[in-house]
Amino acid sequence: METDKAQIDIDRSAGDFSYPMNYEFDAGTGLTEATVDYISGVKEEPEWIRDFRRQALRTFFKKPMPTNWASRDLENIIFNDIRYYLSSGTKPKRSWDDVSPEMKQTFERLGIPEQERKFLAGVEAQFDSEAAYSNIKKVAADQGVIFVGSTEGLKEHPEIFRKWFGKVIPVGDNKFSALNAAVFSGGSFIYVPPGVKVKHPLQAYFRINAESFGQFERTLIIADEGAEVTYMEGCTAPKFETATLHSAVVELVALKGAKIQYITVQNWSNNVFNLVTKRGLAHEDAEIKWIDCNIGSRLTMKYPGVVMKGRRARGEVISIALANDGQHQDTGAKMVHAADDTTSNVVSKSISVGTGRATYRGLVHVPKHLKGCKNNTECDALLINPHSRTDTYPAISVRGNRHAMQHEASVSQVSAEQIFYMMSRGLTESQAMSLSVNGFVNDLVRQFPMEYSVELKRLIELQMEGSVG
Amino acid sequence: MIPSAAVSEPPVDSPEPLALGEDAPEPTPPAGKGGLFLPPPVQKDQPTWFQERQWKAWEKFESLPLPHRKDSAWRYTTLGKLDISRYTPAAAVDSSAAEALAARSLGGPEVAGRLVTVNDRVVQRTPLSDELRAKGVVFAPMGDDLSAQRETLLRHFMANESVLGSQKFFALHQAHVRGGTFIYVPKGVHVELPLESFHWIAGEGAAIFPHTLVVAEEGSQVTLIDYLDSADRRQNGFVCGVSDLYVGAGAKVTYLAAQNWGEEVVALKMNTAHVAAGGHLTSLHVNLGARYDRLESHNLLAGAGARSDMLSATVATASQEFDQRTLQDHLAPDTGSDLLYKNSLSDKSKTIFSGLIKVAPGAHRTDAYQKVRNLLLSDDAEADSMPGLEILADDVRCTHGATSGFVDDAELFYLQSRGIPRLLAQQLITQGFLTEVLTRLDDPRATARLADLLAAKFERMKPR
Repeated sequence: METDKAQIDIDRSAGDFSYPMNYEFDAGTGLTEATVDYISGVKEEPEWIRDFRRQALRTFFKKPMPTNWASRDLENIIFNDIRYYLSSGTKPKRSWDDVSPEMKQTFERLGIPEQERKFLAGVEAQFDSEAAYSNIKKVAADQGVIFVGSTEGLKEHPEIFRKWFGKVIPVGDNKFSALNAAVFSGGSFIYVPPGVKVKHPLQAYFRINAESFGQFERTLIIADEGAEVTYMEGCTAPKFETATLHSAVVELVALKGAKIQYITVQNWSNNVFNLVTKRGLAHEDAEIKWIDCNIGSRLTMKYPGVVMKGRRARGEVISIALANDGQHQDTGAKMVHAADDTTSNVVSKSISVGTGRATYRGLVHVPKHLKGCKNNTECDALLINPHSRTDTYPAISVRGNRHAMQHEASVSQVSAEQIFYMMSRGLTESQAMSLSVNGFVNDLVRQFPMEYSVELKRLIELQMEGSVG
Repeated sequence: MIPSAAVSEPPVDSPEPLALGEDAPEPTPPAGKGGLFLPPPVQKDQPTWFQERQWKAWEKFESLPLPHRKDSAWRYTTLGKLDISRYTPAAAVDSSAAEALAARSLGGPEVAGRLVTVNDRVVQRTPLSDELRAKGVVFAPMGDDLSAQRETLLRHFMANESVLGSQKFFALHQAHVRGGTFIYVPKGVHVELPLESFHWIAGEGAAIFPHTLVVAEEGSQVTLIDYLDSADRRQNGFVCGVSDLYVGAGAKVTYLAAQNWGEEVVALKMNTAHVAAGGHLTSLHVNLGARYDRLESHNLLAGAGARSDMLSATVATASQEFDQRTLQDHLAPDTGSDLLYKNSLSDKSKTIFSGLIKVAPGAHRTDAYQKVRNLLLSDDAEADSMPGLEILADDVRCTHGATSGFVDDAELFYLQSRGIPRLLAQQLITQGFLTEVLTRLDDPRATARLADLLAAKFERMKPR
């Protein structure tokens, strides 16, 4: 199949719209200490957090860009052209009726209240810098579950917040985690008390509405001993002329025996730089699972990690990436084994369409004097068109003789025989291609909650439309 | 500490080559840096073009930075082991020492030709048969008069760039290289028996720069076996080698390297192989010696249907570090490559494997495979693996796998139940694990010879 196949049109109509807004608060473009002070001032934050932001800003200025291995596309981010804070007030509305009509229209189109009515235990929607709407079902609230924005979290629950904030991902972890620490706004703070199992997923939507805007949400989830929680986030943005930056930091803490599942469906428009740092800390017998699906954005660099700090802790990353024309999905996983008998599993599947590029970057680290650690990594890549590109760069470091590590990666094309067979049974070529691609990711898609998996399948079908011909 | 071993020729001012570096200032080494940071001796016996290149290479060496901790081509490497200020270019050995080493150069019983080199100087040779010479085959040290081969040498000698991180050492090699093995096989000629080349390093703190250049023209066949060894296993030394293999269209080349440097030697070897359409290269490295051994192998599958099998078996013991970097570079359609690297790690040893399969746009129907397997036998050993893929064509089949594991208890138990002590059982299993690589060679005699070398190392490490 060497002939050039027709390129695919991505269906982004679901998220590609924006409304003019009159923002009450606007930090302007550019980044100085004044920007940071402005954000802190608007939010009426305590002094310690203002100092934290200033310190982080200095770290951000000092840190170099990750240039030696990262995509050169990063150089196209002009930090001084970005608007770092935009909001219409910092207090999220508790009732849907209080939300302003423009925002409501936005979220109606994204289907938030319906979702909530259906099954979600809590939902928070972030519009540019601040949560526009936030609610949590009574049942969960009665169990003592806290689900609020990061600002509210640090003000109302400092005793839990301060203990873990910035502890899983230090400010200086990388340039973008430092940037987030300096200008963060929004995101979720969740605390699940010991033994509480939150039945339904908690959910957040992130929406960028303004041009040249940088979204820097900060999420901290703590599952106390034996607690269980699932969190889902979805991201969309309209397509503007200029590039937009999304740089989040997400920290998860699973205490003894707790379970956290974090699900992301990222469908930013394809001019968003999506540079996200996500890491979980799993204590004894705890389990952290990242389910990560990247369909949108111009450049995504995201490597969810789990530090397995307690014995028998478990870490898992399930990753699906779809890179279409002009997109680079640079995703992966980091598994740091820091205790005996810890196990980790990484399954990554990527599809490159048109001129899209999908990259897997992985790290598995087993330090000295541990025993019984196990890691399994599988990365499979599917290439659809002659100009599609895929890369795999894992790094596995093992010390000691009581561990078992295996890594496997494969790259292939959709099998011509398969397509031929399906066509001989009456399917069109694009139907056959779509079926084949869906089959490729099917076992991973099934791990998403039902609504999402249906949506994902539909999205993949749309993406594959016209990819052959 | 700068060892006192004499420099073979003083770095005198030679008007001839130095004139080239127009306003070349007297190169002064940075304070506190001697040894190989000092300018190389001028080789006045070499042709002018050669001297010119050496001078240019030296300038390049001086301009390039030393490997840095943050350099991804040197990730996981213990850079402290690479202090080249400790070594000086090796001097010639006296004739009795040379004879002794020639006597220790035990290869196969039947060879087409053999060269024994000590400290980059040939001390003994078994020349080619008249028949092969009549056919135009050349097997000669670079020090010979090769003016008849001038064209080939100008085209291929040091024509490749180092792309896997050792640019500075590559330049150092070129600045110092004095000898080496040159093999030329004309179109359609088959050299049935293997050619053997022994490289010895002798003298405390000596540095040698072995070089291999094989040019196999269209449809030819040849096998070269390199034996790399130390005169005295207790002596420290530095080896900076380059080997370039050109496999012509439809040619078949087999290259075997038995690396058995002494345990105090620091060795770097930069291999480049260029395989033309329908050519087939099989290379196998058996790595046993050295304190730190870096092996870079860049294989270019340059013509349609080219194929390369890249094999390696490493026995890492004590505090040895083996640093292996490979690139399977698919530039043309219908090319194939198959890499299998196996390492066994004992004691406090460490292995690093970084391998990349790169498929260029248009290199369709590439079939590339890469597998690295680490067998960890000790709690203090460390295995780092970075298998990579970069695919820019769509109709391909590329797979890589990396595993790190330990000896299966059930297997040990079985052998113990048959009366074999546990340690011996573990050794047998390890030997079997590595020997699998050797059997991939389609040459039982070479397999047996290399298996003996492996066994000898296991014998050395036997628990006493």
